[in-house]
Amino acid sequence: MRSAAPNPWLSWRYVESNWAEISHQLSIHTTLTLEAVAIALAIAFPLAVLARNIRWLTRPILGTASVLYTIPSLALFALLAPFTGIGRTTVLIGLVTYALLVLVRNILTGLEGVDPDIIDAARGLGYSRRKMLFAVEIPNALPSIVAGLRIATVTTVALVTVGVVVGYGGLGQLMFLGFQSSYRAQIATSSLLCVALALVLDLTIVAAARAAMPWARRGRSA
Amino acid sequence: MSMWADAWDYVSTGVNWKGENGLTRPTFDGGWKFAQDSIAALTIEHLYMSAAAVITAAAIALPLGMALGHARRGGGLTVVLSNVSRAMPTLALLTLFAASSIGFGNRAVIIAAAIFAFPPILTNAYTGMANVDADVTEAAVGQGLTRLQVAVRVELPLSWPLIASGLRTSAAQTVATVPLAALVAGGGLGVIINTGLATQRYGQVLAGGVLVAALTLAVDAAMGALQRRLTPLPLRVGARAVA
Repeated sequence: MRSAAPNPWLSWRYVESNWAEISHQLSIHTTLTLEAVAIALAIAFPLAVLARNIRWLTRPILGTASVLYTIPSLALFALLAPFTGIGRTTVLIGLVTYALLVLVRNILTGLEGVDPDIIDAARGLGYSRRKMLFAVEIPNALPSIVAGLRIATVTTVALVTVGVVVGYGGLGQLMFLGFQSSYRAQIATSSLLCVALALVLDLTIVAAARAAMPWARRGRSA
Repeated sequence: MSMWADAWDYVSTGVNWKGENGLTRPTFDGGWKFAQDSIAALTIEHLYMSAAAVITAAAIALPLGMALGHARRGGGLTVVLSNVSRAMPTLALLTLFAASSIGFGNRAVIIAAAIFAFPPILTNAYTGMANVDADVTEAAVGQGLTRLQVAVRVELPLSWPLIASGLRTSAAQTVATVPLAALVAGGGLGVIINTGLATQRYGQVLAGGVLVAALTLAVDAAMGALQRRLTPLPLRVGARAVA
């Protein structure tokens, strides 16, 4: 069907001559991911603390979050699109929704896993509830929180691509364009960049966590 | 809200379910394919694609995971696999396959979906078999059971709740992934959403979204029921905690 023009999977010439567009989509992809995870974290923290402090709220909060998580990404973007329009806002809301469940669940697990003896000791030292949360419980829950943050970030990077359905998919936009024109180099390059971005962000979190938890470095890594 | 009214109009119109010309369409080479204008046909196609993907993945992942778990080695491999699959966008695999010699359409989608269905099944089969209490297997060996008998008659029943929960996760996830097929000229319920977006009929988009979400929740619930059914009675309390 197509002429025998070369259509390689990897082509440096493609990268060179389209770098403006690639870097543009890459930066959209990166900022969208970071923004979504930051917002999700800002919502997940109070929610997890609330779920921990008020027992009967635990199940409804986790239940709602996991039902939301089950909704397929394409369907979620489709459900939002009629109301929030086509573009950035829709994708951002969708991404925050998915990151939320992972974060709430891991923060909650972390908070509940804190050794009761440590809490007892802190209470004995006269810690207030707020000081207990920030100085004792959160540092102790950090490994679990970091694990959640890593999963949420990596899945968000992958999910941004589905934003294509509302015309705002970052690197997914390039994959889709490449698919429409059977341009292998474009698909392969954007796919690789996507995985690389996930890897870089993941490693950054790991490095930040190591710096934030000097006590964990001596024993087994978290 | 007129959007909801439009969506309701779409799902309550009979011809949208049955299609203008029935559930199937003849193809040029004398075969047939599912009609793309019928909700019923698209749902069947969606379930068929999902089932094909999960069964393909399970056929490889279950024996592999059980064998690795029984031998208690290769745990690192399962972790790496599931991490990599998380970082790989579905759209990337779909478009990569579609542009390769596999060609676009349902086959590319089924292969891509099977790859994503693989890690949860493998991980859970592995974890289930590997985490069986060593005292239990030792007791079984002490009673004269062979290695194979230990695997099949002791470890397998004990790990069944985890294995079933892996299949459930994988199935729900696959049903939720298949809608992306519409982006690469495949079938399934994603077609409704995609067509709606392309023709700016947002009521139809909304209806498609609700249909896909409902199907996913239904499959998850059905697999959950199956999981409880298949779990040996004495293990049911524990199964709850795992799921």
